[in-house]
Amino acid sequence: MSKSKAPAKDGKLKIAIDPVSRIEGHLKAEVTVKDGKVVDAWLSGGMYRGFENILVGRDPRDAAQLTQRLCGVCPTAHSTASCLALDDACDVKLTTNGRVTRNLIFGANYLQSHILHFYHLAALDFVRGPGKAPFVPRFDHPDLRLDEKTNAVAVDQYIKALEVRRVCHEMVALFGGKMPHISGQVVGGTTEIPTKEKLAEYASRFKEVRKFIAETYLPTVYLIGSVYKDLFSIGGGYKNCMSYGVFPMDDEGENVLLKSGVYIEGKDSKFDPALIKEYVKYSWFKDSCSDLHPSEGKTIPDIHKEGAYSFVKASRYNKKPVEVGPLARMWIHNPELSDIGKKQLKDLYGIKAVKFRDLGEDMAFSLMGRHVARAEEALIVADAINDTWLKDVKPGEDTFVESKIPATGEGIGFTEAPRGSLLHYVNIKDSKVANYQLMPATLWNTNPRDDMGQRGPVEEALIGCPVPDTGSPVDISRIIRSFDP
Amino acid sequence: MSLTRRDFVKLCTGTVAGFGVSQMFNPSIVQALEKFVPHVFWIQGQGCTGCSVSLLNSVHPSIAKVLLDVITLDFHPTIMGSEGEMAWGHMTDVAKEQKGKYIMIFEGSVPVAENGHYCILGEKDHKEYTMLETTIEMAKNAALVVNVGTCAAYGGIPAAEGNVTEATSVTKVLADNGIKTPVVNIPGCPPHPDWMVGTLVVAINAIEENGLEGGLGEVVKLLDDEGRPTPFFGENIHDNCPYLDKFDEDAYSKVFTDKDNCRYELGCKGPSANADCFKRKWNGGVNWCVENAVCLGCVEPGFPDEMSPFYEAG
Repeated sequence: MSKSKAPAKDGKLKIAIDPVSRIEGHLKAEVTVKDGKVVDAWLSGGMYRGFENILVGRDPRDAAQLTQRLCGVCPTAHSTASCLALDDACDVKLTTNGRVTRNLIFGANYLQSHILHFYHLAALDFVRGPGKAPFVPRFDHPDLRLDEKTNAVAVDQYIKALEVRRVCHEMVALFGGKMPHISGQVVGGTTEIPTKEKLAEYASRFKEVRKFIAETYLPTVYLIGSVYKDLFSIGGGYKNCMSYGVFPMDDEGENVLLKSGVYIEGKDSKFDPALIKEYVKYSWFKDSCSDLHPSEGKTIPDIHKEGAYSFVKASRYNKKPVEVGPLARMWIHNPELSDIGKKQLKDLYGIKAVKFRDLGEDMAFSLMGRHVARAEEALIVADAINDTWLKDVKPGEDTFVESKIPATGEGIGFTEAPRGSLLHYVNIKDSKVANYQLMPATLWNTNPRDDMGQRGPVEEALIGCPVPDTGSPVDISRIIRSFDP
Repeated sequence: MSLTRRDFVKLCTGTVAGFGVSQMFNPSIVQALEKFVPHVFWIQGQGCTGCSVSLLNSVHPSIAKVLLDVITLDFHPTIMGSEGEMAWGHMTDVAKEQKGKYIMIFEGSVPVAENGHYCILGEKDHKEYTMLETTIEMAKNAALVVNVGTCAAYGGIPAAEGNVTEATSVTKVLADNGIKTPVVNIPGCPPHPDWMVGTLVVAINAIEENGLEGGLGEVVKLLDDEGRPTPFFGENIHDNCPYLDKFDEDAYSKVFTDKDNCRYELGCKGPSANADCFKRKWNGGVNWCVENAVCLGCVEPGFPDEMSPFYEAG
């Protein structure tokens, strides 16, 4: 195995964190520290399965089932992207009820994912857990600043959140069949026509979840942020971001709940799918897989490649690294902040903010800014469930349109997983999958250097990270986890 | 101990009647569980964390109870507070101390090509540990190996046709390396939380009642030919399906949204699948795959290749 390894010298110290825990998947972070700060970073994705190759030759409809198994936290996102690609390839137009039911399924998983991320993946970065495994051991100097009483409340919330996220899964399962890995979303729509009874079950569960988000999760994020204000000024990275847009609000796909767009070097622009490419100079894939649009994409591993250090490809937009995820979506959509957010920003931070961008580029693009964005987004999705989709859904009306897999064709599906932009591409020959390419959020955020030598967004976000105690490098993983890689 | 007898009975019976606790080894569960809290290590190879996420959905007992009272989970990459060398060192230290007594849980398959380098789990003292090497080392000295999910049990999707990593099951890796530790498979993509927690509780109880060796012997007696505990995997989905009478009448659904008839012609693999989903159902009992669409046969060793195309009648 060859790696990109700069030798430690000139007062520089190299630190490796492997595994980076409380993320989905396998990740190693290696950083160089000088004068108490990170001066360089390498992220290595340590696992390869090869779904792209396993899909070749199969019935294209199977892709929606198989690709869900890429991620047990966000299977509905893969199911959505895959079905969108297949809808495109089969040229089907969903019924209104099919579209809305898909939103109800996917929306419930958004809430599950955001709650899981904050409480069960990230919260131990700020909260002292119970004094037994798996909550201990911890670093000697974990920088936990909550007072005893607040900490105890937060631990109770951790336990309560386990239950609330389970309830979100029940909401998904009502129309999806089971979670993780739903059977209820297929090319042409969804398989379960919502009945009044099932909608009532969904709505009663939702009420509890909405209450938790509005009254517990969102205020707690602002409260914890006020104790860790310095974490609003680290982990910024490139301050470039992108969103494909998600949750169709009409049948023509013209309006979405969270809009698409690109923000690079301080300028907003319209998202252009033609400008996406993948690079693999530093990834364990053949160089022939580099500089390609996903519609021409190839995924051929080359595990002995000199200089490479990750199984993650480097996705770029117009050759630029861009961050994706809740922060990107909130920055691009720029919604009005929640009333709770506005009040707490004023009371706890002394900041007068109305819309998300009022936080300013420096505060929003930060470790803590990402947690705020995720919590604000959870409430927006919850409100869409409440104010729009539960009103638009029609009990008893069809959710499924029959279609035929074409002999030859291609399709592309763009969506936003809770953790960031997600694309599936399918090429069909002889009614079988001839090529299937996947671009999950990990390829956008947690990637290695590209052919131009630019660091990936998370690598860049680590630059400048304070490491006052190399034995307890807490902020490194905090930054990584803020992305929900 | 806050795991109540009621919790345990609920766990074993599912939502509709079924397996009584007396059919396992019952007597004084509450008392028994007061004493033995095993150390458990959970590592993930080529998986998706779906088994772990499914475990979090445990209702009886709640996952909080499982984590705080039933087991001591010393290593789990997705939920542990620790990371890096500290986490890895904690696992190896406790494993040394608990040699022969701990429970090892595997999620995900094991790639064996390229000496295991398609899956790196961690590093210590500048040495990287692969899933392959770690599986062998950690299973060797365990009291019991539990493979959660079809990937760990049988290879699953990473081992499907077209894979280049030579992914295989934990079971096969152990057999190939002459490791004799008893193995329980809890397949499913993912497994139901009751299947995972239930098996752990049964094993812990059996060990407490009969000592380590005797208890493990009792656990192994419960397994079918594919290594699955029969209380959860002993019945065929199709034979117990609420739509069986429709199958007998040749009344088949033609589209997914027709919920009145048998799903066989839509590709349902219930006839090839053995699990109690038909009575237990999923996510607090709100639904299950056959009611919603079709069974993919995800608990079987042949998943996914032998079950695909998923939407064509077998």
